[in-house]
Amino acid sequence: MTQQEALQEYLLRMADSGMILAQRLSELVGKAPALEEELASSNVALDLIGQARNWYEYAAELIDDGRDADKLVFLRDAHDYRNLLMVEQPNDDYAVTMARQFFFDVWHYFTLKALSNSKDERIATIAAKAVKEATYHLRRSSEWVKRMGDGTEESHRRIQDAFNLLWRFTGELITPDDIDHAMFEAGIGPDPQQLKQDWFGMVREVAAQATLAVGEEDAWMYMGGKTGEHTEHLGHILAVMQFLPRAYPDATTW
Amino acid sequence: MYAQMVDTGTKRLKTLEEMSPEERDFQEKIDAETKIEAKNWMPDAYRKTLVRQISQHAHSEIVGMLPEGNWVTRAPTLKRKLQLMAKIQDEAGHGLYLYSAMETLGADRDEEIQKLHDGKAKYSSIFNYPTLNWADMGAVGWLVDGAAIVNQVVLQRTSYGPYSRAMVRICKEESFHQRQGYQILLDMMREGTQEQKDMVQDAINRLWWPALMMFGPHDDESPNSQQSMVWKIKRKSNDELRQMFIDQTIPQLEFLGCTVPDPDLKWNEERGHYDFGEINWKEFYDVLKGNGPCNHERISTRRKAIDEGAWVREAAVAYAAKQKQRAAKAA
Repeated sequence: MTQQEALQEYLLRMADSGMILAQRLSELVGKAPALEEELASSNVALDLIGQARNWYEYAAELIDDGRDADKLVFLRDAHDYRNLLMVEQPNDDYAVTMARQFFFDVWHYFTLKALSNSKDERIATIAAKAVKEATYHLRRSSEWVKRMGDGTEESHRRIQDAFNLLWRFTGELITPDDIDHAMFEAGIGPDPQQLKQDWFGMVREVAAQATLAVGEEDAWMYMGGKTGEHTEHLGHILAVMQFLPRAYPDATTW
Repeated sequence: MYAQMVDTGTKRLKTLEEMSPEERDFQEKIDAETKIEAKNWMPDAYRKTLVRQISQHAHSEIVGMLPEGNWVTRAPTLKRKLQLMAKIQDEAGHGLYLYSAMETLGADRDEEIQKLHDGKAKYSSIFNYPTLNWADMGAVGWLVDGAAIVNQVVLQRTSYGPYSRAMVRICKEESFHQRQGYQILLDMMREGTQEQKDMVQDAINRLWWPALMMFGPHDDESPNSQQSMVWKIKRKSNDELRQMFIDQTIPQLEFLGCTVPDPDLKWNEERGHYDFGEINWKEFYDVLKGNGPCNHERISTRRKAIDEGAWVREAAVAYAAKQKQRAAKAA
């Protein structure tokens, strides 16, 4: 794999992870547990789609095969998607929604922070803007994890169950593969060791304040999203999300 | 219009002579176009009517998120997804500040929402219709937000200060939504395939009459209107507003190259207005009574969201109480 191919893959991971999480959040529209949460949850989704669009546009320029951001989103099948498995997991109850958000936000925040110092100027620019949004996302999901963890007996039980349920997907966030290493060595991506340390540091700190237990570092981890091997959920997400462009392939405008 | 058939609880209008001194003072303020504020004295019936009207308006914003939410996961481009989600978010925001305006009258948001979930409070009949194809996202913006604006522009001058100020802000956003909705339809009519054009016409066919029903019954069937007009919480009659809406919408319809399913629609030179056919009032009252295509789905979705989210809100309250205790101990 050339460095440019690695970069394309890396950009698609960033783009797809944001996009699929936003798609999950959009399923909650009109169904959030409070009106204020409708606003907050949509804010996060809007930010993530906006960021994803920036990553897709850069990726599309490098791929240079005539596909634009929309074609990358609406006309790739699951095996071409490079999102983290975490973000495609179902919303379930609000504890699962929030635990998923929190694990992702910690990863996202530290990743973007590192990317804002990337040698690749385009990436640095996109990340510098995105990290401001991710800072707010992380503050919000951390607060909710604490409220749930240290709230009522029921909320504690639910968020602890959610942590346990999703723990097996956290490994993929912080386990580097060849592409992650290549990006780091090229001065483009974050230092994998540092990212892992920062992620655990933040997750343990918030969990402690929330009176929650976190899983083991060496627990069995379910991985594959970054290389296109997904859980069963992604196919269904795409079936919904891509319905119109797929059903009306002759339509050139919407 | 997002409020239909708001009961004023009054049988007939009082003359100034029949009013108590404070009532007369209140009515004179209204007649002089002085805004009534939360701390001012107001007749009980005025307060209750406003609570009904504003809560109905707020409920409409919230329930109104659902027909559009039905397509947000299927929006066909990144741009349309962002627009639609932002529009729905605006509606949640409108709901929030309308509930706040309502709370200045001493009503409680949770109690009013409970009434909605118990089927005791109304919301606009339009949201009980399904959104069946993507063009509905354009047609809802254009026709539904369009009809709402016709009413709300007038309500910017409503006599109750907090409601009037909420309307000013809401109107700005609704006009934006309306233009955005129209653009969706225009793009499809100009550059779309035949299938897309058919979607647009189908959406208009389904939503046209329900949009006209948003203005409520004919003036002579609207027993509460007169009192509301005197209080200036309603400023134009249902039929006047409906006519305004039709007159401004038909040229836009023609520009799209579409039609409405009304064989009686035609320009009346003498009146200077469009004539139009009779609304199916049986359908209107059926929908109001709960027998529209989506009444059941809309309310059960809202009820489920709030009921299943109870533990989340309880957690937030419990956590805040613990934090407060800890802060007190530390001090």
